[in-house]
Amino acid sequence: MNLDSIKEKYIGSIHTVTLGATKDQGGTRTNTVTVGGDATLPFLFFEGEQSNKAVVAIEIWDIPPTEWNSVLQDAYADVFSNPVAWAQKAVEFGADLILLRLKGGDPDLGNKTPEQLANVVKDVLAAVGVPLIVIGCGNDEKDNSIMPVIAAVAAGENLLLGMAKNDNYKSIVAAALVHNHKVLTLGTVDINMCKQLNILITELGLAAENILMDPGSCALGYGLEYTYSVMERGRLDALNGNERLAMPVVCNVGHEAWRAKEAIAPEKDFPDWGNQAKRAILWEALTATSLLQAGANIMVMRHPEAIRLFKNNVNELSA
Amino acid sequence: MALTGLDIFKQLPKTNCKDCGMSTCLAFAMALAKGSTELDLCPHVSESAKKFLDIASAPPIRSVIVGVGPNQLTLGGETVLFRHDKTFINQTAIVIKISDTLAPDELDEKIRNINGLSMKRMGQRIGVNAIAITNCSQKPETFKAVVDIVAARAKNLNLILLVENAIALEAVLPGIAAQKPLVGSATANNWQAMVALAKRYAVPLIIKGNGLNDTAALVEKVASEYKELVIDTGMRNTAKVLVALTNIRRLALKKKFRPFGFPTIAFTTAEDPNDEIIQAGVFVAKYASIVILKADEKPYVLPLLTFRMNLYTDPQKPIAVEANLYEIGAVTPESPVYVCTNFSLTYYAVEGEVLNSKIPGYIIAVDTEGTSVLTAWASGRFDAQTITDFVQKSGIAEKVSHRTLVIPGYVAVISGKLQEKSGWNVIVGPQEAVGIPAFAKAYYTKDA
Repeated sequence: MNLDSIKEKYIGSIHTVTLGATKDQGGTRTNTVTVGGDATLPFLFFEGEQSNKAVVAIEIWDIPPTEWNSVLQDAYADVFSNPVAWAQKAVEFGADLILLRLKGGDPDLGNKTPEQLANVVKDVLAAVGVPLIVIGCGNDEKDNSIMPVIAAVAAGENLLLGMAKNDNYKSIVAAALVHNHKVLTLGTVDINMCKQLNILITELGLAAENILMDPGSCALGYGLEYTYSVMERGRLDALNGNERLAMPVVCNVGHEAWRAKEAIAPEKDFPDWGNQAKRAILWEALTATSLLQAGANIMVMRHPEAIRLFKNNVNELSA
Repeated sequence: MALTGLDIFKQLPKTNCKDCGMSTCLAFAMALAKGSTELDLCPHVSESAKKFLDIASAPPIRSVIVGVGPNQLTLGGETVLFRHDKTFINQTAIVIKISDTLAPDELDEKIRNINGLSMKRMGQRIGVNAIAITNCSQKPETFKAVVDIVAARAKNLNLILLVENAIALEAVLPGIAAQKPLVGSATANNWQAMVALAKRYAVPLIIKGNGLNDTAALVEKVASEYKELVIDTGMRNTAKVLVALTNIRRLALKKKFRPFGFPTIAFTTAEDPNDEIIQAGVFVAKYASIVILKADEKPYVLPLLTFRMNLYTDPQKPIAVEANLYEIGAVTPESPVYVCTNFSLTYYAVEGEVLNSKIPGYIIAVDTEGTSVLTAWASGRFDAQTITDFVQKSGIAEKVSHRTLVIPGYVAVISGKLQEKSGWNVIVGPQEAVGIPAFAKAYYTKDA
């Protein structure tokens, strides 16, 4: 029997993308992070290259997330009201990147001005050396006024800016174009819509190599299989030469997993499910490692123990 | 299967005798190729042709049955590499391993614990499938005693007997064979004795090799005598198992490589239960038919069972939540009433955002056979009449003091008719669930 006989021959690969910029490159990061380049399905090293391991971005907010589950509070409570300290703690926990969600810009959650938020971005950039992903508050109109300001104050830092969506992508793409940042798209767990959004953005002049995509990440038990299959199909399409789906994939797992009932419902309400802290951490970790099997490149996570489990898994499978 | 009607036709008597009920041998061959008739209907087919056709038309991965009764397991039988190509069919069996060296009270406790690893989520009961007992004691009589205790006390679970000593297996099988345990492993050293036992007692058998090539060679030897087999490559390193199981699945499906046309088994090695579940998750994702693990606490097992449930969901079928009236948060008679479909993604999106809005509310998930809002509306399952019927049936009228329904923005067009039919006031809500918090705030905070 000859193993060569079942090596798949692919003609395409995922784009290799570097985030962040060091001093020499016009930024202030102490290191950059490179993702993508995968030339086969996850961890099948015998038939193709995957020189860049999947990495973790830890999610932090500019305002204290009062709704976060107590298990997360236990890990971060002392830094919740200080994004700088929070970012530093995230780096201690092994963050390869920081994802800063500018939640405080939300008109319902303090309505911070773009300039106030830009100061938070500057402070976080000054406090940590890892590259940054910055995403808006989720209110389209507000985000359209925030992102150009963020892009300008962080010019040269080669940020990843998000989220660009099918019905709202122009201003964020324009901001990234002017100040040389990358753009993160957010899909609706629909492969054709992901493709279409990538096309629309490249038509605005942003190179395909400057786009990363979140196909729409669902948590374990809450549509994970849809995300899983969209990612597998996208990866196979890209390997078979479809450039429009060759973007590295970002999965926003922390946000989704920590909304799942199985993660947050107390044991007294669901004695059938056992200890809440244990299942919550594993809920996030297993959501992440499952999507890793479908081809994720950047995992956005929250709990330090879940992050440790995810990184162990990446290392074990890459050894 | 891979054979065409003409391939089959060549093997038939070509006498057009009509004994099979078809007018010609060619017609019969075509029907065979389509799978719409069976070769046994031809009384004249030669033995050699029969053998050839049996082999050629066998499924690429055999289905192997473990256990008896309502909880019996079907392993293997898979037809695709990716769930989006069609669907994965027979869920990976999740199995908890125990040793026959446990003291009686420890054993008792273990069995009670494992029996309890069955839980309800999303209206469905999910649980582990079997207990695997290892012969760590090396003593046949100890093994037999423990197996008998487990069999008597874990009646809802299937059994896997992990024993490489044919003498110990022989001690156990007479009393337990009727429950059709999976036994093993047969290795290069003991396979003749193990295969003879498995055959005699008609139980499925694990074949354990040492790497892919060695395993293939061993399976080939055994399969000419016995076919109720499960493959263990002998590998235990997670990364290597992932590659090996992928190769086995590829070879079986794409090359019809017969020695790998069987279900597979994988074992976790991690000590920490968290790491173990993560490792098991890799094996569930990548093609193991059985995963054997030690972690036996609910909070560890629940996520793994959920992942399996997700992965084996048929992607061609929309999934539905129970069509029902749901209470989200501490509802009162003033709480808003949202109407949506019972497509699970729709429902959970709405549920999540109602929670997010921090304004407790009722959700009426109308039975749309698991289709989304627009699909259901287009097909008449989410129109004024069906919604009215469902609202009346739901009992919401007795729970709230107001008479106002919130419907999805995508079906704004039905609001007039719904108001007329149901007698309820109808508000058109946001198109996407994500708009619910802002919507709820605007409409309900001032009144609440």
